[in-house]
Amino acid sequence: MFHLEIITKWLDEFLRTYLLDGWALFIEFVLIGVAILAAYAVLALILIWLERKVCAFFQCRLGPNRVGPFGLLQSVADMIKILLKELIKINKVDPFLFRTAMFLVIIASICTFGALPFDKGIQAVDFNIGVFYLLAVSSLGVVGILIAGWSSNNKYTLIGAMRSGAQLISYELSCGLALMTIVMLSGSLQLSEIVAQQSYAWNIFRGGIPAIIALIIYLIAGHAETNRGPFDLPEAESELTAGYHTEYSGIQFGFFYLAEYLNMFIIAAIASTLFLGGWMPFHIPGWAGFNAVMDLIPPVIWFFGKTFACIFLALWVRWTMPRLRIDQLLNLEWKILMPLSLINIILMALWIIYV
Amino acid sequence: MSNSSLFLVVLITAVVMVVAALLIAWLLSPKSSNPLKGEPYECGIPTRGSSWTQFKVGYYLYAILYLVFDVETVLLFPWASVMRQLGMQGLICIAVFFCILTFGLVYAWKKGALQWK
Repeated sequence: MFHLEIITKWLDEFLRTYLLDGWALFIEFVLIGVAILAAYAVLALILIWLERKVCAFFQCRLGPNRVGPFGLLQSVADMIKILLKELIKINKVDPFLFRTAMFLVIIASICTFGALPFDKGIQAVDFNIGVFYLLAVSSLGVVGILIAGWSSNNKYTLIGAMRSGAQLISYELSCGLALMTIVMLSGSLQLSEIVAQQSYAWNIFRGGIPAIIALIIYLIAGHAETNRGPFDLPEAESELTAGYHTEYSGIQFGFFYLAEYLNMFIIAAIASTLFLGGWMPFHIPGWAGFNAVMDLIPPVIWFFGKTFACIFLALWVRWTMPRLRIDQLLNLEWKILMPLSLINIILMALWIIYV
Repeated sequence: MSNSSLFLVVLITAVVMVVAALLIAWLLSPKSSNPLKGEPYECGIPTRGSSWTQFKVGYYLYAILYLVFDVETVLLFPWASVMRQLGMQGLICIAVFFCILTFGLVYAWKKGALQWK
């Protein structure tokens, strides 16, 4: 298997042979930062293009097809345009909180992004409490959204933020409980360890029925976490104009937009890491020839393939389902998903002990 | 490279990204002032009254319930990571904890805290 780790190891040795240790470390830190930024920005552009293209496909349109081949440069053009837009100063906003909100939203999403294992060794932060870290950092985004709605001096943003807060904190519980079943199965919270355990069988095959239920719960709850699709109440445009980011203009709005798309990627990436084997190829025990062929595909391709399959599912749901009402939304979580995930944990415990 | 320093790198990256993008936008974007531009956007109608209006008390109930179940998640994660070693005994202990928790959820449900009115 070709791991990207070879490149980073080579770079590390190269820097250490020519530079002092301190300087080498500093340059590596800078390179990690630049790599994260580049990956973040490129993925956002790809996701925005993909969303518009897939949406067009579902609605029998062509989608963006003017700028570049297949409209690939459309989102780059949009990014440049949004940078050129005026940053409007709103009367009576709380200036400190108004700016803090976008920092919090972006910090939450980049810190989660940094902990994703793209390949063996290609993971910026690999805490031994990785799953816990993911849950903790990604829930910071709620604070950013609430602050954004509160500080904007607008009724719509306030209502949008309240709805968003209620929705995000509710669905976070199901997310956490669904991830807990996988932690029980693998007996570790470290993401690289969880992925390494799936070299023979992905968790969804190892865990049997409880793992499949957990994956379904996680995909529904994660989809709601991203404020998209049938769960886009906080920004229901027919009721609340644009929800909590109504008053943000130009690139300030761009940050919320960016974080929304990257959160979609992060949810899909966590699903593929914990349930679908991360960067591990698909193996069937006993089929040596088949496994050897699967090993030829680089792990990064496996990771992105699984992730983009989950993302496609999310887009499909978004453009198929009508929007829920707030009571339906909260009932779905508290009366269906929550009891189901509690039962699922007991099921998983019994599965581990008896199977 | 320890994880904590790498976490700091990621954090700084996030801050640098926001600051850099804001700086670029501030340098490139047009600036014009108009008193009407600063009005809160409410679909073209002038705002009436304060923007910090009342909102439903129902949100608080969900927040309180969330707090209970989130703390429960924190308690369950350590058990989940070592449950293979603890085996049946640990499972029974957690089952008792689960029963109390489920009782809480059922109580809130019966009391109508989960009913959006």
